[in-house]
Amino acid sequence: MKKGIGLPVFPGVAIGPAVVYRKAQRTLPVSSGDPAVEKAKFAAALETAREQLTALFEKAKVEIGEEQAAIVEVQLLMLDDLDYLDGVNMAIEDGAAAAIAALDTGESFAQIFAAMDDEYMNARSADIRDMSHRLYDILCGNTGFQLPEGSFLLVAEDLAPSETIQLPRERIMAFVTRQGSSSSHTAILARTLNIPSLVQSDITFDAADDCQILAVDGFTGTWYADPDEETLAMLRVKQAEAAEARNALEAFRGKESITKSGKKVLLVANIGCPEDAVDALKADAEGVGLMRSEFLYLGRDSLPTEEELYEAYKKVAETMAHRPVVIRTLDIGADKQVSYLGLEAEENPALGLRGLRICLTNEEIFRPQLRAIYRASAYGNLHVMFPMVASVWELKAAKALCARVRKELEEEGYPTKDVPIGVMVETPAAAVLANELAKEAAFFSVGTNDLTQYTLAVDRQNAKLGEFYDPYHPALMALLAHIAKAANDNGIWAGICGELGADPKMQEKFIEMGYSELSMAAGRILESRKLVCESNV
Amino acid sequence: MKEIKHVINDPLGMHARPAGMLVKAVAPFASKITVTAPTGTADAKRLMALMRLAAKQGMELTITIEGADEEKAAAELQAFLTANL
Repeated sequence: MKKGIGLPVFPGVAIGPAVVYRKAQRTLPVSSGDPAVEKAKFAAALETAREQLTALFEKAKVEIGEEQAAIVEVQLLMLDDLDYLDGVNMAIEDGAAAAIAALDTGESFAQIFAAMDDEYMNARSADIRDMSHRLYDILCGNTGFQLPEGSFLLVAEDLAPSETIQLPRERIMAFVTRQGSSSSHTAILARTLNIPSLVQSDITFDAADDCQILAVDGFTGTWYADPDEETLAMLRVKQAEAAEARNALEAFRGKESITKSGKKVLLVANIGCPEDAVDALKADAEGVGLMRSEFLYLGRDSLPTEEELYEAYKKVAETMAHRPVVIRTLDIGADKQVSYLGLEAEENPALGLRGLRICLTNEEIFRPQLRAIYRASAYGNLHVMFPMVASVWELKAAKALCARVRKELEEEGYPTKDVPIGVMVETPAAAVLANELAKEAAFFSVGTNDLTQYTLAVDRQNAKLGEFYDPYHPALMALLAHIAKAANDNGIWAGICGELGADPKMQEKFIEMGYSELSMAAGRILESRKLVCESNV
Repeated sequence: MKEIKHVINDPLGMHARPAGMLVKAVAPFASKITVTAPTGTADAKRLMALMRLAAKQGMELTITIEGADEEKAAAELQAFLTANL
């Protein structure tokens, strides 16, 4: 048994196999210059692809069913298609590297099928692409990271947002990262998924690779590689107790969140994508207090279209029905640079071109998002809020654009609804100017993570600054009280959507200050409701 | 040369799976086997070509078989078509 420590970001116990996440390593597919060598490489790749697909086929037949297995079978058959093989060989003879020949030939067949006047055959173009990408990956030596079957604990150096969204969330039992902080993306995801996780841990990849069983104790911040019988028994008891505690919270499901003195609080969820909205409902959220919409922009190589955004927002609006949904407009920049936006690298991205600043300087990015939000507004109870506001003029400019977009859509015949426009208060400037902003905004939602970082001038991504990143700092408390008072004085509501929203040490204080909405990871809703309902505030 | 006529029974038409099975079924034969549908003609040993016919339920296929093993191929094909398409 080996053991070590880490900073726990969600309580609980997970026990299972470990998988080390390694970034995909691709070698550039350069032709050797000899067609015979490239053909031999291709033949070998074909054999590997056949083995992979055969294994997948057998697995699908047993676990998922005949229909899915048939899809794999079709790809297996396509591997042997003479037209495809002829095409690849011709491309290789023309001087292409095997990898490129496999990919391009697949693409040209995919396009033929996509152009056919037959819906079923159109869909087969995806099978052809899938097959040729498999060959391409094999030929590029892209075997860096392959997910095992079943559930596992994921060990990584750190995980970028674009990486976390591609993971099969339902199969991850815990995250253990060597870097990151309690407000990094891995931590946020762990809280969304309700899985015990450690960041800044001292685990080595060797220890994780070598062990049969990895266990994480999210209460104490300990990991164990191949725990001994005694430890395992202790962890199982803890795991059972945690499950029991969660069951006890079920008593609060469906109840109104109201304090003993009658203060009503809306307990809502932070979400990143339409799938999260379903989890939010399951967790009994009373709405969505923060939809981090930039996740729709990550993990891809071009801007999402208005149509894609509209479909995503509409899905969330319909899922949540009458419940309020607050969509934060694009907050890219900073730690989530996206190559297709063509943003220049910045010395200091946290203070750079991000949030509303990008949107106001690039209307071609902002306009499709606003159009999508207004079009989706017809299907639910949507609100919009702007991140990184520091001045009243910024809010006015964004509001003016909203009004133009809505008018435009109505002229085009789209049904729209009123969309209350709020400010995500996360710059000290916005906090100080709360009285002025409240006259222009329909609501405030405080992003405590960034407000803490900017108020204290402490980089929240820098693990070494942990002790200086104090979300309970008196300066921050003074700002929070000021924001709530300004909102109430001006007759608008204010909420908290940063990590502090779920902090049991702070929730009563927020209600006292005058906040009436707390937004948090879906998994924290029921325990927060218990706290609110048992509070005397 | 042998010729077989077959009207597609499968409600989905000659979709990927039966097309793939057809390719497998004819692969062992040396004969040249051609499938003609109202939508075009394809080599029965080439999957994507068969799929591109997009042959639907009710369409009549004409299959010609030419080569040394055409007798045996025709018999097996007839059985295959009746059972799978």
